[in-house]
Amino acid sequence: MSSKPISGPHTAVSRRVDQIMWLVIKAMAPAIACGIFLFGWPALYLLATTVAAALLFEAFSLKVKGVAALPFLRDGSAIVTGLLVAMTLPPWAPWWIGVVGAAIAIVLGKHVYGGLGQNLFNPAMLARVALLISFPIEMTTWANVSPLFTGPGVIESLGITFGSLPNADAVTGATTLGYVKTEFSQGRLLPGSLLEYSGFLAFIGWERGSLGETSSLLLLAGGIWLMWQGVIKWHIPVSLLLSIVLLSSLFHLLDSQHYLGPWVHLNSGAVMLVAFYIATDYVTSPNTPLGQIIFGAGCGMLIYVIRTWGGYPEGTGFAILLMNAVTPLIDHYIRPRIYGRYRNGKPLDISNS
Amino acid sequence: MFALFENPRLRGGIHAEEHKTETSSLPIATDFPLPKKLYIPVQQHVGKPAEPLVMVGDKVLKGQLLAYSQGTISAPVHAPTSGTIVDVKDFPAPHPSALPIRTVVLESDGLEQWAELNVVEDPFQLDPEEICLRVGAAGVVGLGGAVFPSAVKLSLGRKNKIHTLLINAGECEPYLTCDDRLMQERAAEIVAGIRLMLRGMDAPKALVGIEDNKPEAFAAMREATRNLPNIVVSQVPTRYPMGWDRQMLRYLTGQEIPADGRATDIGVVVHNVATAYAVYKAVCLGQPLISRVVTVSGAALAKPQNVEVPIGTLMSEVLAYCGLDKAKMARLVMGGPMMGDALPIAEVPVVKACNGILALSHADIEEPEVQPCIRCSSCVTACPVGLLPLEMASRIKVNQLDAAVDLGLKDCISCGSCSYVCPSNIPLVHYFKFASGELVKRQQAEHKAEQTKRLIEDRNHRMERIRLEAEAEAQRAAEARAARLAAQQQAQQAKAEGTEKTAPGVAAEETA
Repeated sequence: MSSKPISGPHTAVSRRVDQIMWLVIKAMAPAIACGIFLFGWPALYLLATTVAAALLFEAFSLKVKGVAALPFLRDGSAIVTGLLVAMTLPPWAPWWIGVVGAAIAIVLGKHVYGGLGQNLFNPAMLARVALLISFPIEMTTWANVSPLFTGPGVIESLGITFGSLPNADAVTGATTLGYVKTEFSQGRLLPGSLLEYSGFLAFIGWERGSLGETSSLLLLAGGIWLMWQGVIKWHIPVSLLLSIVLLSSLFHLLDSQHYLGPWVHLNSGAVMLVAFYIATDYVTSPNTPLGQIIFGAGCGMLIYVIRTWGGYPEGTGFAILLMNAVTPLIDHYIRPRIYGRYRNGKPLDISNS
Repeated sequence: MFALFENPRLRGGIHAEEHKTETSSLPIATDFPLPKKLYIPVQQHVGKPAEPLVMVGDKVLKGQLLAYSQGTISAPVHAPTSGTIVDVKDFPAPHPSALPIRTVVLESDGLEQWAELNVVEDPFQLDPEEICLRVGAAGVVGLGGAVFPSAVKLSLGRKNKIHTLLINAGECEPYLTCDDRLMQERAAEIVAGIRLMLRGMDAPKALVGIEDNKPEAFAAMREATRNLPNIVVSQVPTRYPMGWDRQMLRYLTGQEIPADGRATDIGVVVHNVATAYAVYKAVCLGQPLISRVVTVSGAALAKPQNVEVPIGTLMSEVLAYCGLDKAKMARLVMGGPMMGDALPIAEVPVVKACNGILALSHADIEEPEVQPCIRCSSCVTACPVGLLPLEMASRIKVNQLDAAVDLGLKDCISCGSCSYVCPSNIPLVHYFKFASGELVKRQQAEHKAEQTKRLIEDRNHRMERIRLEAEAEAQRAAEARAARLAAQQQAQQAKAEGTEKTAPGVAAEETA
């Protein structure tokens, strides 16, 4: 028996950080597997490189910080970050894109702020935006869907990831959002430019896009499972998706030639990934339910605005970073009401009760 | 998790592993062997300690007054059995510090001879004041753990207009089943106690809230109140801390007690269900509070069960009765696991506040390392008060106590929900208790500084006054001397005038 005075509760632990991280990894696994299946061995190589780099940079940062690295490496947060970075990359991107992405996410996005739980911005989105601005060609070269065993082989794929992309034009194309944006710039309007678009294929993920972003179906399933497991709450995903749906429906109804409909928006780009796995990042989102709803709605609005009127076809990364920057402000103003007090902190009036 | 909208009456809270089935199906053991020696602390309640009126060597009877209550907020202590007072000394208290407090040591004679009990024919005809007096004289205190003298609460209720007596039978702490068993076995007596309380406060109705994981107790209480329309027994959801009186009140009535007020401010008084039983015993049987039902549970015990134990029994004896395996016990806890105190030794007495003695094994209290906060806000969701535990803890960590107070530190009820759900195993409640302690310390230091300042000022004033008085005295003396001198001179002058004619030169010299 110890005689050190210990405060309660005197109970077993309910859930630990590493368990949460593994649940998140499990939830993302189907979407990642789908990405590897759709885009073949290069996707797998890129994913492995990115995660390995993330772990190495984590270990390096912890060593520089002067703490024992092993307990932190075991918590799985670096793996989650590595996976998320990889999921947002074009599947046939060269290996160094993954490594640079992991470095930005882990070193600049996380440890410069003080490590786990201290960062202001979502590391994966920081990496994505930094890469997009720095390496626009590599970050917008989208491989065609070429399922495992029908595309390049195991050895040939090594050349794609660790060498250079041969015959790029033959095997790549634009994403739906990028294509529509280009068509607009050439004066071609909507129903026409979407003739080849299949809402169903986009939903299950059979389209060009980032490694782990294409399958709305699997991302949604994983997200709902995470909610059911109690890892994330409904507030951010629902408000984020709902604000996109509302805005896109409104403008689509007003002018269907210039504005994409809600289905295209929901199933394109990183919306599903962001709604369930990125915007819900504990560290960079508000604490309170109301704050989370504001945060989610803000993300959704910014995504729509950047996509529709901005220079980039996809705006999720920027939207998340902007809302991350607002999170401390939201947390400052949105606080739960304390029992027996009004929202402003004054005690309840007896005569009112 | 899919609860889209929280019930506004039921905020936060957690559902920990209950561990209640081990003891809830067994009857209360009433055959606990009478200990040879009982250690009865004179302070077992909130307020001033009682003052012993027995001497070493005195023979006392069961139920006889050992120490009388001092002041308005206090409670007397009675002899749990008959025997001889062998000592009145300082003895380790059932407190995490195990610091000694004043304790009456009673050696039992094994005769269990009752003192003469003051029983009335029909207690329900007693005056309300008389009921309060009897409850106070019997040393009844809140048995839910707060141990506030019940008579004070009843009198307070009589002075304010009370519309509802809330009987708290939540028993939301894991492991604890003493209230559950009490309701299952002695519902009629509890209801009698509730009726007496209602009469003592002139209150019209009572609400009894029982968590819905105690269906047998609920049925028994329903049955016992079948013909009493003014006592409503309701089920409340099983969600810790349902037994927080303000939470239960909000759930059952929708009312909230203002942060700076008490329940009486909104016309409610809350009593624990075991207190109602003690009130019954005090008023109907004339028996003071000298024993209580204690849940003895935990994985280190062979026979976990509820035991009726005389106040003052050493916990080690109770644990031995329940088959303690000392090697398995990793921690001894008084109360429930969420809010109870870890005790360093088992050789401390059972007191009125003690509703549970838990001998927990290593598996029950696994303690992984503390990790950094990942701001998952589980603690925000779990907090029944509506605080931001993670923010408060981060302020306290860097010693910004005022910032923590601004965030609502003083509204924290130390229920431990935040610590329980924290995936990083951060001891949040520990931080809050520490900060509250620091605030008290700071307040005391401020008080002391003020006192010192006042003393110094007083001293300065005093010295000034003394100086002024001395000066005045000196002045008076000087004036007196001057006056004397003047008088002498006058006298001399007069004398000189008499002789002037004879010697004018001398007089002229003198006056010059």
